[in-house]
Amino acid sequence: MNELDFDLRISFGDFTLAIEQRVPLHGITALFGPSGCGKSTLLRILAGLERGASGRIALKGETWQAGDGRKALPTHRRGIGYVFQDARLFPHLDVAGNLRYAERRSQGSEQRIHFDQVVDALDLRALLSRRAPSLSGGERQRVAIGRTLLTRPRLLLMDEPLASLDFKRKAEILPYIARLPRVFDVPIIYVTHDIDEVARLADRMIVLQAGRVMASGDVESVLARTDLPVDHEQYEPGAALTARLVGHDPHYQLSQLDLHGQTVTVPLIEAALGSTLHLRIRARDVAIATARPTSISVRNILAATIVEVTARPGTPHADILLDIGGSALRARITRQSADELQLSPGRSVYAIVKSVSFDALASVYGDMPTTP
Amino acid sequence: MPLPDLDPLWLTLRLAGLVTLILLVIGTPLAWWLATTRWRIKSVAEAITALPLVLPPTVLGFYFLVFLSPQSTLGGLWFSATGSNLTFSFVGLVICSVIYSLPFTVQPLQATFETLGRGYWETAATLRASPMDAFLTVISPLAARGYLTAVVLTFAHTIGEFGVVLMVGGNIPGETKVISIAIYEHVETIRYAEAHLLSAGLLAFSFLVLLFVYVMNRRFPIHVG
Repeated sequence: MNELDFDLRISFGDFTLAIEQRVPLHGITALFGPSGCGKSTLLRILAGLERGASGRIALKGETWQAGDGRKALPTHRRGIGYVFQDARLFPHLDVAGNLRYAERRSQGSEQRIHFDQVVDALDLRALLSRRAPSLSGGERQRVAIGRTLLTRPRLLLMDEPLASLDFKRKAEILPYIARLPRVFDVPIIYVTHDIDEVARLADRMIVLQAGRVMASGDVESVLARTDLPVDHEQYEPGAALTARLVGHDPHYQLSQLDLHGQTVTVPLIEAALGSTLHLRIRARDVAIATARPTSISVRNILAATIVEVTARPGTPHADILLDIGGSALRARITRQSADELQLSPGRSVYAIVKSVSFDALASVYGDMPTTP
Repeated sequence: MPLPDLDPLWLTLRLAGLVTLILLVIGTPLAWWLATTRWRIKSVAEAITALPLVLPPTVLGFYFLVFLSPQSTLGGLWFSATGSNLTFSFVGLVICSVIYSLPFTVQPLQATFETLGRGYWETAATLRASPMDAFLTVISPLAARGYLTAVVLTFAHTIGEFGVVLMVGGNIPGETKVISIAIYEHVETIRYAEAHLLSAGLLAFSFLVLLFVYVMNRRFPIHVG
């Protein structure tokens, strides 16, 4: 019963959204899809902000909506938190006023989240007496997240909270968001069209297209699928992997990761040995060799088995799904190479990994070349 | 120089103050509804609200006479309840002025609410504020400028009312003889000195009120955006 369960339907003109899902209430679940797929609409329906949908919503067995959306439980009684893309801080209050506004209205609920705890976790102390218009985009979004936490939400809904920020600001906020489920014990549904954010933040993902669910499940397995419409804007095909930090080499400034018994070498990471890291390896950063290459500068060469070869007619590409000790890895190569190397399922090959990126937990952002 | 009777001035201020107060109470929900509804009949409601802007006061006054007279339903009910007429009374004047000045309250408020959009309203709801709470603690402070405009316009417009009062209120001292009627009467009876004094007083008063509003607006800008 510890889940959000919904079965919803709404139409605008010729767009219809019809979605049925059960979302476990822990960690981060990404709602992912191209713009116009209905992901923000779905989030607004879950929050009770969009009331035109019909269907059912229940959180932990407590019914929010049964049938007509206009008769559904109003937003302010759902105990949800909502972070909008544009922060929406109240301009007539300072930062502290915005935070207290939320805090005062959630006094009756479970007191597990405290003002000072939120202020410290999001580094808001220096901003408390500032007004919204004087804050940078990234600061505004941090305050908005803090304000939402102080509603002591049972479920946190985030609607592309990083979409209006530039790369640097995103990097500033991502680590804060990644920490939320652990520090504040609040489940998150996170809407985004950026696959990098999914790979860095989410435990599970629901892929939407044209108002329907294309795929759902844990991020690693969904990203490994080759039958998804991967060529949509911003959907950079790749694989999400989990690795363990096993060694540091201060002399060469490198760290070693264990990935299912194989070693991946990356630039030195400031994290404790034994930490778990989420990696993302883009399909276009993986090359394939049929024999272990020697005399090559790339350090990361992984033994793999081909699971599936998907040629993309009308493009030069072929997508190769690989298995490395139980995890999926994807490679995008040319169809010509796939034919010439006679790649087919079951064949043992070597994956040459040119670049690995990390999720925010490693406090490292941006694509890092693996050791050349 | 003879000092004119100041009763019409107090009566006018009382009328304008009361009408402004009533219109804030009625106009706020109406303006909010007009600003947020998606109903098709919205345009009809907007057109009705704006009617007093374009109709000659005599037309309004004529209909008020018809609908407030003791022979009418409303006027009859009032008569049986209080034993007095609605027409040619202060209460009748208040009712007429409320309708006559309605667009001067509703339109600035509606424009302000529309500019604010649903964003802050929705945000307040996600922060567990009930609709009334959200309105009082978020929408109202953010709409302060709109309220200032609405109050000033409504008050000033009610003070300047003449045609409707003449038709519905007549010229009863202490009851319906407001300042514009008094000035008219002074002119009709060729007592220009009193007319001058009252007119100049009204002119100075109006100017000072508007000046106060503009200065306040400049000195205390409302933070939005």
